[in-house]
Amino acid sequence: MKAWLPSLLRLALVVLLVAFVTNPGWFEPLLKPLTENNAPVIYNQGSLLTLTLLHLRIVLIATVAATVVAVALAILVTRPAGAEFLPLSRSLVNIGQTFPPVAVLALAVPAVGFGEKPTLIALFLYGLLPIFENALTGLTTLPANVTEAARGAGMTGWQRLTKVELPLSAPIILGGIRLSVVIGLATATIGSTVAAKTLGEVIIAGLLSNNLAFILQGGLIVAALAVLIYDGLSAVERYTARRMGREVE
Amino acid sequence: MIEIEGITKRYDSTTVVDDVSMVIEPRTVCVIVGTSGSGKTTLLRMINRLVEPTAGVIKLDGADNRSLPGYELRRSIGYAIQGHGLFPHRTVAQNIATVPVLLGWDKARIKARVDELMTLYQLDPDAFGPRYPHELSGGQQQRVGVARALAAEPNVLLMDEPFGALDPIIRNKAQEDLLAIQKRFGTTIILVTHDMEEAVHMGDKIAVMDAGKLVQYAKPAEILANPASAFVGTLVGASERPFRLLSLGRVRDAVEDGSAEGEAISGDASQRDALAELLWSGRPALPVKGADGKPLGRVTVDGLVKRAARPA
Ligand SMILES: Nc1ncnc2c1ncn2[C@@H]1O[C@H](COP(=O)(O)OP(=O)(O)O)[C@@H](O)[C@H]1O
Ligand SMILES: [Mg+2]
Repeated sequence: MKAWLPSLLRLALVVLLVAFVTNPGWFEPLLKPLTENNAPVIYNQGSLLTLTLLHLRIVLIATVAATVVAVALAILVTRPAGAEFLPLSRSLVNIGQTFPPVAVLALAVPAVGFGEKPTLIALFLYGLLPIFENALTGLTTLPANVTEAARGAGMTGWQRLTKVELPLSAPIILGGIRLSVVIGLATATIGSTVAAKTLGEVIIAGLLSNNLAFILQGGLIVAALAVLIYDGLSAVERYTARRMGREVE
Repeated sequence: MIEIEGITKRYDSTTVVDDVSMVIEPRTVCVIVGTSGSGKTTLLRMINRLVEPTAGVIKLDGADNRSLPGYELRRSIGYAIQGHGLFPHRTVAQNIATVPVLLGWDKARIKARVDELMTLYQLDPDAFGPRYPHELSGGQQQRVGVARALAAEPNVLLMDEPFGALDPIIRNKAQEDLLAIQKRFGTTIILVTHDMEEAVHMGDKIAVMDAGKLVQYAKPAEILANPASAFVGTLVGASERPFRLLSLGRVRDAVEDGSAEGEAISGDASQRDALAELLWSGRPALPVKGADGKPLGRVTVDGLVKRAARPA
């Protein structure tokens, strides 16, 4: 396979995605055969562009929060003082993961009401585990002679963390963030069942009115976003790994 | 001067370093040698407090090494380890600059020092400074590791099997370079190895460790001649002893009057090399020349064999 082919495909996908969310009308003829009884072909209860941006925003906020908390937690339990909390924090985060997203939504609604908040909570909880696990792996598998040299050179605990341990773990932590973003993109669609403005709205509208075109366009936009973001973050990860002198895969 | 007084380290009930006392004179090389697990690394790491002793005191130039916070103490002591432990995400120049940066030296001073050390170690600062450690050969990485340890001009350099990962030829060169640099800067070096050959070659004094105890601490010739225990004797290696003894002496100190045929050997070569050359070429004597090329006399097989005998 030619080296430029994947890049070309990616570029084509970006162009297609942008064209679709900004000018969905162009694609009407393509989706027309999927509808019956002259039902609307393109989602008409809101702008696809706005929904896409809101969808991305909710994932972004949840991921940033999950990253901060998960990395902080991983740092804490890998310090000598926090080591005894390692098993506890692991099981806590694991339990968070075993709750189905719908259950989290159902439980969160009575507490915080309908809208974006319960969705953010669910995404945040779901994002924690992969990032925490990876941060833990990164921080506990550093080459021993490198951390030894950092200590021997007279770095303080904080200096070792910020100058050596975190930079060297960055590629692995990024891998966790990538997983968590992709899970978040999918999970965010469920958020529209509790009235969060996400692309799930389009899919649910399609399910309610038996409109296959709606379901497909909602699903395809989410899928395209997931593929592109996964790809982009993988590239960042590879670049960071090279910069940190660690070759991956 | 480094004074180690009654240092003991226990992990739970196992005693890893057992009541070790020794004094290391300034500007000398002290080699700690012993089998694997004998406590060499632990002893070394108690000097810069990477390990805190269970009992005992270590004084550096008279001051207890606990009078500073550990990280400040470590900035004042060079530390080089096997497999170099270079920071893979930092360039060679940044690696060497580690401790000066921690100490807050200004940029110009750091650059001057980094360039000086790289030049000393035959690494062109412009070519190698911006490279990353994985772009260097094993020998180059090791040199950068030692340069990093020396960057802040420490009086004391601790080295834990620094040449362990090098192949024999590069190792010899690295040992020579280190001795040259030690002379130049007057650094006190404490070097850990399990290789008696290296210990005899590098050490002004050798400390032999066995099961956490310091079993002998003496000049190399003394250790070779009078091993304090059967264990030290084994470590020295009975079949190697005479040759190791010869390797301590220079040819110029074994010169006899007279002349001999054939190509001359340098007076600075080791007596061991001279004997090897004599045996290999099947001659009874070799001419010896000084550094200026002038003849100094000759060395003979008989003369060297006498010198290889156990000192009285
Ligand atoms: N942190 C530690 N906890 C428990 N035992 C240790 C620790 N560090 C070293 N030891 C033990 O101490 C002994 C001496 O180790 P070390 O000083 O590394 O020996 P050497 O460098 O001579 O090979 C070994 O048996 C080792 O297992
Ligand atoms: Mg050791």
